[in-house]
Amino acid sequence: MTGHDHYPAALLRGILRRCKTIAMVGASPNWVRPSNFAMKYLQLKGYRIIPVNPARAGGEILGERVYGSLADIPGPFSMVDIYRHAEAAGEITDQAISLAADKGIEVVWMQLGVRNDAAAARAEAAGLTAVMNRCPKIEYGRFSGELGWSGINTGIISARRYSVI
Amino acid sequence: MADETDDYGIETRAIHAGARPDATTGARSTPIYQTTAYVFEDIDHAASLFNLQTFGYIYSRLTNPTVAVLEERIASLEDGSAAVAAASGHAAQFLAFFSLLEPGDEFVSSRNLYGGSITQFGLSFKRLGWTCHFVDPGKAENFAAAITPKCKAIFIEGLANPGGVIVDIEAVAEVARAHAIPLIVDNTLATPYLCRPFEWGADIIIHSATKFIGGHGNSLGGLVVESGKFDWFASGKFPGLTEPDPAYHGLTFAETFGDFGYSMKTRAVALRDFGPSLSPQNAYLLLQGVETLPLRMARHCDNALAVANYLEAHPKVDWVSYAGLKSSPYKALAEKYTPRGPGAVFTFGLSGGYDAGVRLVEACELFSHLANVGDTRSLILHPASTTHRQLSDEQREACGATPDVVRLSVGIETIGDIIADLDQALEKV
Repeated sequence: MTGHDHYPAALLRGILRRCKTIAMVGASPNWVRPSNFAMKYLQLKGYRIIPVNPARAGGEILGERVYGSLADIPGPFSMVDIYRHAEAAGEITDQAISLAADKGIEVVWMQLGVRNDAAAARAEAAGLTAVMNRCPKIEYGRFSGELGWSGINTGIISARRYSVI
Repeated sequence: MADETDDYGIETRAIHAGARPDATTGARSTPIYQTTAYVFEDIDHAASLFNLQTFGYIYSRLTNPTVAVLEERIASLEDGSAAVAAASGHAAQFLAFFSLLEPGDEFVSSRNLYGGSITQFGLSFKRLGWTCHFVDPGKAENFAAAITPKCKAIFIEGLANPGGVIVDIEAVAEVARAHAIPLIVDNTLATPYLCRPFEWGADIIIHSATKFIGGHGNSLGGLVVESGKFDWFASGKFPGLTEPDPAYHGLTFAETFGDFGYSMKTRAVALRDFGPSLSPQNAYLLLQGVETLPLRMARHCDNALAVANYLEAHPKVDWVSYAGLKSSPYKALAEKYTPRGPGAVFTFGLSGGYDAGVRLVEACELFSHLANVGDTRSLILHPASTTHRQLSDEQREACGATPDVVRLSVGIETIGDIIADLDQALEKV
């Protein structure tokens, strides 16, 4: 039991409330790719998403300049959202750890289907929060209630009106 | 965490899941959103919605806020990841298979099914190029023996219509797992209050919400519920979920939507293209009904057991097939899969055969003679002359609808009144 099979709602909600500038590694310009879906949605919700994709460096995705690596991003960002396979996620996590103090990185988040427990343990040892096998778009939708609009089980019960996450 | 449903009991979820107060008005009861369409904020918002990039409403054939509450409610009650509602249980069943099968594909089904499902699977599905292999559900090996390389699913009714039969869900789920195909369980007669198919390894649950979920005999509706745990990628048998979908601009549903990818595909392709959507009015009535599901099911089970005991002792009754009776061969399975009681729909046989069955249904005053189950009211039916009349003698025999069989759906009226009505009717047989 690594503690990464289930995340408390308060943990994920807290991350999405705090981390408003997110570096998205593996962001794709192809609109049918999951990364593009998540980027588009999170932009609509007021997040700034900085795409990282070496093959597209210097170009633009959804109005944002694409950088070749996390280190190339000029300003601060508090979360690294990884849309790469598990092995690549390990290297990207190590880059995030080394840049954490400089860039203000608090969270390393790996996309649905991506899980690298060793990398998550290194991130946690460095004082970062690690989330794996989750989609920030889906989690935002869960806390805002929008996920339930498509019949998805948000897992949330409350007699209070919805607020923005 | 107080805001996670894992921590709430089924009675709480039956009332609250999916239904937070209306964000704008604070309305506490779920409003009936009687609208066909929804205004876009701008062109970009519209495009994002059509691309499924953002959550939101476009057109009530796809999603509707009232219907969505019912979908999330049932997904929560079953501990599934998501649900898709349809205009009827039969429509839900069609949608569930459409997301799995290509022309030429096959599946294996228990032969102990609602008569309409036998017709749907055996005849109408055949015209779409889907072949169903029916098997006796008494042994899990029967399912294994019937599986061909083209089989993409196993289907069972856990608590089977017309009653009294319980299928060993866990054993059949093992067969499905060994072949990397999903087990679909129709949980209509048990409801999530009595039986938890996902806990026993099922992957998809079908409901006719028309029955006990709505519970008041006033609205048709159906649901497809996804466990969220099936690995669609493992076998390569489900390209419609794991490869770019030409029906949705090359979107790969299982990759993009993870544990609710099957539900998104069912909604965005099957429901979109065939259109058997649930009306918001019906969704509202079904929601009203499901709030009291735990109370009603407990009383339905109490009354059914009392009626079964009464009938078993009656001289004009040859046999009673209720899994809650000590005499039932399914008693052990009932204790395992339906510990709170094996529902309220069951059959019994009259020594007077076909004619006695017809006379009995016509002599009842309190029991309603009709082709439905899962109403607050007690219902009676003679399958051989009604629901199962289009089947052959062999099919009727196989699915437990022989000429002497009478089916009851025991309601929640005063138990003394229910038994008194059967008593006076049996006197006239």
